Amino acid sequence: MIPGDLKYTKSHEWARIEGDTAVVGITDFAQEQLGDITFVDLPALGAGLTEGAELGSIESVKAASDLYSPVTGEVSAVNEALASEPELVNREPYGRGWLVKVKLAAAPENLLSAGDYEAVAASDH
Amino acid sequence: MPYIPHTPEEVREMLQSVGVANVEELFADIPRELRPASFDLPPGMTEMGVRDRLEALAAKNRIDFVSFLGAGFYDHYVPSAVDALASRGEFYTAYTPYQAEASQGTLQAIFEFQTAVCRLFGMDVANASVYDGGTAIYEALMMAVRQTKRATALICETVSPIYRTMLATFTEKLGLTLTTVPHADGLTDFTAFEAALDSRCAAVVVQNPNFFGAVQDYAALFAKAKSLGALSIASAYPVMASLLATPRSMGADICVAEGQSLGLPLSFGGPYLGVMTCTKELARQMPGRIVGRTADANGRTGYVLTLQAREQHIRRQKATSNICSNQALCALRVLIHLCLLGDEGLRRQALNSVEKAHYAAQRLTAIPGVRLLNDAPFANEFTVVLPGTALESCSNLMRWQYVPGFPLTRYYPGLENALVVCCTEKHRLSDIDTLADMIGALQ
Amino acid sequence: MRTVFEKSRAGREGVWQEKPAASASDFIPAGLLRGREANLPSLSELDVVRHFTRLSRLNFGVDANFYPLGSCTMKYNPKFTEVVANLPGFARLHPLAPQLCVAAKWCQGSLEVIYETERLLCEITGMDAFTLHPMAGAHGELTGALIIAAYHADRGNKKTKILCPDSAHGTNPASAAIAGFEVVSVASRDGIVDPEALAAALDDSVAAVMLTCPNTLGLFERHLPKIVDMIHDAGALLYYDGANLNAILGKMRPGDAGFDVMHVNLHKTFATPHGGGGPGSGPVGVSAALAPYLPISRVVKDEEGLYYLDYDYPKSIGYVAPLYGNFGVILKAYAYILRLGREGLIRVSEQAVLAANYLRVRLESCLDIPYNRICMHEFVASAEKSAQATGVRALDLAKALLDRGHHAPTIYFPLIVKEAVMIEPTETESKDTLDLFVEDLQRIAAQAEHAPEEVKAAPRAMPVGRLDETKAARDMVLTADLAPAR
Repeated sequence: MIPGDLKYTKSHEWARIEGDTAVVGITDFAQEQLGDITFVDLPALGAGLTEGAELGSIESVKAASDLYSPVTGEVSAVNEALASEPELVNREPYGRGWLVKVKLAAAPENLLSAGDYEAVAASDH
Repeated sequence: MPYIPHTPEEVREMLQSVGVANVEELFADIPRELRPASFDLPPGMTEMGVRDRLEALAAKNRIDFVSFLGAGFYDHYVPSAVDALASRGEFYTAYTPYQAEASQGTLQAIFEFQTAVCRLFGMDVANASVYDGGTAIYEALMMAVRQTKRATALICETVSPIYRTMLATFTEKLGLTLTTVPHADGLTDFTAFEAALDSRCAAVVVQNPNFFGAVQDYAALFAKAKSLGALSIASAYPVMASLLATPRSMGADICVAEGQSLGLPLSFGGPYLGVMTCTKELARQMPGRIVGRTADANGRTGYVLTLQAREQHIRRQKATSNICSNQALCALRVLIHLCLLGDEGLRRQALNSVEKAHYAAQRLTAIPGVRLLNDAPFANEFTVVLPGTALESCSNLMRWQYVPGFPLTRYYPGLENALVVCCTEKHRLSDIDTLADMIGALQ
Repeated sequence: MRTVFEKSRAGREGVWQEKPAASASDFIPAGLLRGREANLPSLSELDVVRHFTRLSRLNFGVDANFYPLGSCTMKYNPKFTEVVANLPGFARLHPLAPQLCVAAKWCQGSLEVIYETERLLCEITGMDAFTLHPMAGAHGELTGALIIAAYHADRGNKKTKILCPDSAHGTNPASAAIAGFEVVSVASRDGIVDPEALAAALDDSVAAVMLTCPNTLGLFERHLPKIVDMIHDAGALLYYDGANLNAILGKMRPGDAGFDVMHVNLHKTFATPHGGGGPGSGPVGVSAALAPYLPISRVVKDEEGLYYLDYDYPKSIGYVAPLYGNFGVILKAYAYILRLGREGLIRVSEQAVLAANYLRVRLESCLDIPYNRICMHEFVASAEKSAQATGVRALDLAKALLDRGHHAPTIYFPLIVKEAVMIEPTETESKDTLDLFVEDLQRIAAQAEHAPEEVKAAPRAMPVGRLDETKAARDMVLTADLAPAR
């Protein structure tokens, strides 16, 4: 499942850009690869993010992986629900399982379209 | 061959199954030029022969003396049941409990160990142990670095110099600036400590009782650290923890300890274990193995290694630590020891030791020219200043089979005459009297 | 089984000492004393003995079960070594005794054990000097990486990277990274290091290459002489991960082959018990050129044959352990080496390799073996085909083996084989045991075809069924007192 209205990274994050804000999450493909997610480590409110740089990390029972920011800007909201319900990322990766909202400081430069990301996900399989 | 069961007939059958004519063919992948230049080892010996040899070596060590040597490694009584239970093959011939269903014994024991040491130090979370008390301080520092994202830390000079020399190796090479705050007459100098504290500091490290034996209140220092965003790390003496205010009650975030005094022999330095405990806020920074409680599909309670995603076999170069083992068998001994003694047993062991140390201090300071280094409260260890050098006194007393304590010369220039004297419940009052008489006779 | 804390009964007497005459507040101000007790259990000695005896019965161990855990060398641990390590002359010696000026004379037995064990390890491995201080394999790797860094720094070399093959143990990259190096993974070809891939990664910035040989697939690095030359020509050092030393005892010595630094796992090759996860011991050996950088202290012997601790090595990396390593473990390994001697150690590698090949050939019919050729002391099979055909994965095979009384092989490692099942029988298992293991695996494989659900439901004969690891990680109940987070 790769929604057509989102932008993607090669490292399996997505961004939904609405005006000067982006909502960021990980893709359905990524959550499936990770398996049951047990913990998400997210930046603090107000933290600065840079496109392609580390955003945080995500842990499942058998894997831990770093998260990379698809956009550059300042964290304007953090999904607090994930602290007690990390499984939301498994259940609704594009919905209630979002990670952070970012107030954009610059337009993202290297994001992929849904079609391009589909090819990336297929080759990572 | 000892421990190799295959008969010549079985070897032939096995070679035939594999389809090779002889064992050497199996090593054909090792190029000729890599074959050993030599393998000049002695011929094998019988079990009796090796035991004779090792008994002869053990006899070359002298243990027939009365020793007041502590300095972080303590000779407390270990109940016989500790050896009996920990030497069960089901425990010591198992490995890391990767297959949880076939390792519930080890896993539940580690879970209980985690619980017991948390209760002892008033903390929430413990791991399954690390190599030793010094490594525990290092790993605690790295937890603070990860948590605060800061790279400097303060350690008091009253923390064991044996650990500080090791910490110097790791911190210097691994990008952490560790500053030592000088002691004042064997005490933590709170004025100097607070002056050195700033908002770049990841952690403060203290030891209670400290290396000189002094017991101090660290609550104000820990509060100051907290106000500047630094974590407080306390290194404790687990036997004395049954009497003393817990590190948590003083505000420590991480409490570590050398666990040897809880049921392990001195054994010339190891194996021991580093105990690591912390508040629940820091649980995810905890390195090493951790056991958690869970259930199977039928709702039966069971235990598994958990939070493993942080570890080296999955995270590889991004792991929280490269440690992949723990001192499980040592942790088991600690747990059994604590269960056999209970609160009352541990408290008696501690208090009997404290009582003897205070008797020793009284006897020694009655000798003209002998004084305590400071007037701070102490538990079972204290520092005396002798009229002559401590090393010389040591050498003299050792001729009479007495080791009066640990001379501080090597680690604390300026304290050439200072000696750290340790008593445990195993000392007889008559031993202490003799010690005092001999030191008196030296003057 | 209830926890030991649930069995506690207030007022029950344990192993208590004499009641002290005084109270703590007679000596220490009340403000420095703890407010309430720790709440350790109150139990009789029999309560404790029974609890831990019952716990022990929930464990598999080498004493009762075949334990073919790949890469862990779960060989038999001779009982007499336990007796030797507990001799009072060793067990009661205080570690600081040698620091008292005349007291090195009181520790001659222990110092001689250290000195002699180092010499034996030098001869076994072909290295020039050893330290016994590292307390586990990973600790040895970190020590080795620090020695490598010191060696290059001393020569003014700017080296920032360590290369590890993709088949390496996870501790290799973790240790190198902790020592401050950038870690670069080198792809394997046909199960071993690909000299071309290595050449592409080797440049001036490479400080060292860490190799396990035989590697984690149980294969000998056939290009080793060429690889050694390439690495040395690039000004880099070679690290030998001794995890698999059991395969080559008396057949190859890392020192002769050109390795500059290595560690040995005494708890694998030299039969000291694994203890449920430790204590181990990871001595580090080096070539003469690297000896000045070894950690202090070092045990030396003077002209009169007396042993003492020497701290005077200005180029040393310093202390990696507070004392002298896990001395009790070192003693057991020393006793084992003396017991087996030259011929015995050679037989160890021969029989370990023969046993692994025997199992490999006998299991060909029921397991897919991706690199199916003569192996060393272990081999890696794959459950990928059955995972795809019937859904029976490596994990399921592992659990089904438990029901038949065998500990499972290592699974899902090395990472370069999908559904990996890594089998290391060791030399101490009889042919009868190996045959029984083969028959049981064949039965499980047959069952996987006609009744896969049965295999996936394993284990059934264990004290608990498969445990919910997700629940454990999410609830984080890490002590009997910590309630679930939510």
